[in-house]
Amino acid sequence: MEKELLFITVIGQDRKGIVARISDYLYKNDINIEDISQKIIGTYFVMMMLVDMKESGREIDEVRKALEEIGRDLGMHIQIQHEDIFKMMHRI
Amino acid sequence: MTLSVEEIFETASMILHQNLDIRTTTLGINLKDCIHSDFGLFTDKVYEKIHDNAVRLIREAQRLEHKYGIPIVNKRVSITPVSLIMETHAEPEKYVRMAKTLDMAARDAGIDFIGGFGASVQKGMTKSDRVLIESLPDVFAETERVCSFLNVGTNVAGMNLDAVNLIGSMLKKTAGKTKDAVGCAKFVVFVNAPEDNPFMAGAYHGVGEGDMSLNVGISGPGVVRSVVEKNRECDLTQLSEIIKRTVFKVTRSGELVGRELAKNLDVQFGIVDISLAPTTARGDSVAGIIEAFGIESIGAHGSTLAVALLMDAVKKGGAMASGNVGGLSGTFIPVSEDKNMIDAVKRGSLSLDKLEGLSAVCSVGLDMFAIPGDTPEETINAIIADELAIGIINNKTTAVRVIPVPGMKPGDSVDYGGLLGEAPIMEVNRFSSKAFLQRGGRLPAPITSMRN
Repeated sequence: MEKELLFITVIGQDRKGIVARISDYLYKNDINIEDISQKIIGTYFVMMMLVDMKESGREIDEVRKALEEIGRDLGMHIQIQHEDIFKMMHRI
Repeated sequence: MTLSVEEIFETASMILHQNLDIRTTTLGINLKDCIHSDFGLFTDKVYEKIHDNAVRLIREAQRLEHKYGIPIVNKRVSITPVSLIMETHAEPEKYVRMAKTLDMAARDAGIDFIGGFGASVQKGMTKSDRVLIESLPDVFAETERVCSFLNVGTNVAGMNLDAVNLIGSMLKKTAGKTKDAVGCAKFVVFVNAPEDNPFMAGAYHGVGEGDMSLNVGISGPGVVRSVVEKNRECDLTQLSEIIKRTVFKVTRSGELVGRELAKNLDVQFGIVDISLAPTTARGDSVAGIIEAFGIESIGAHGSTLAVALLMDAVKKGGAMASGNVGGLSGTFIPVSEDKNMIDAVKRGSLSLDKLEGLSAVCSVGLDMFAIPGDTPEETINAIIADELAIGIINNKTTAVRVIPVPGMKPGDSVDYGGLLGEAPIMEVNRFSSKAFLQRGGRLPAPITSMRN
């Protein structure tokens, strides 16, 4: 089965437990983390995760809502977007 | 393929901080197959076709919003010009009934505007065209969501001044029948109107289109302003370059969403309209881009050059990003819908004359501006005719959306709220052009050589 790849972007101030909270949710919902990296850009802490949702029975909207909830708890902005939008915007 | 954190962050911040969105997805629907001699059956078929497809549009558009995490602000419908499908029912009360049917179909489906209650009259008018124009004040008074257009000229036909001469009185009647003349905000008069424009109020599904098509309007003044602000020192060539690169990315997102939405709806993908369309949200201003270039307040000398540079860069970036660029693809400079434009009028830096000048290099014309309610109808017609002459002679689309607000004079302001924004009343030249306009007839089609 073909992978269903999405990017999770986390933006805000760095703090403990970000990766733990998100990866815990992903693990429990059968979403596999393919890649992860983080960087300070300007004044922002930015983390991105490339995840594969092919084995998860969840709808993107459900996952989005759950991540937004985690984001509210952590005081971070978290969003999830299909990888195609990034490929279209950044690669010819 | 690997993407860097910076690239992911750039897209995320465009959406998060700079108001990047898909401004509109507009489904064009052919209504010619609904025509019936029984008017009741005719309106039933129209209702059903619009309602059912609009519901599908909203459902599928929301699905893509979730998938790509990009807001699709408006989901709308454009239809076959109504004067055309009403040729055999050309009685004024039937136009109002048809408009109410469209209004109901849009409301029930959850669509805020439906476009196409209009006619193409560049060369002459049929009985249906005339009755439609006469019916417009009642249509605007009795509906909420119906938008109307008239195309009164093309490069190959010239401009129909007899049709223009009907508009001033129609607008003044509409102004009298709708609160703060808001009905006038739903009427656009064009020359060279594109048949696949997704933006209201002027959207319609042209006769050259298929049964249905999906057109997308992207936006992103905030995104462009942000990169301009980060590059304060660069010269005009470099400025053009950074705008091109940004618009390329924005357009690609529109292309992606439009193409996939059309596929999911099983309709033809029409065009991506790359017009920079402002909203009254802070930072989402086209005039704000011009001011970020280094113009103190839009309307100051230098503004035309600035708009020309912006527009050219937008077109170059957009054309590289999508093979389906179409519609208006200019830069909208509506007064009431752009915070910096409103402020510029209020502080006296932007006049109607300069606005007309700007439209010569940027399309889309004189948009969403208010004038005193006692402006003579011939003067309104002359304002329209001047703007449209620019379109005819320069081979481009121009349009006018003017709101004569009863009881108001320059210095006053009318606040529509929401999408339509706030319209400060602009000063109009007080001298008359009545005798010239009364000549009527048609501006001949322009010569296409000797372009100076």
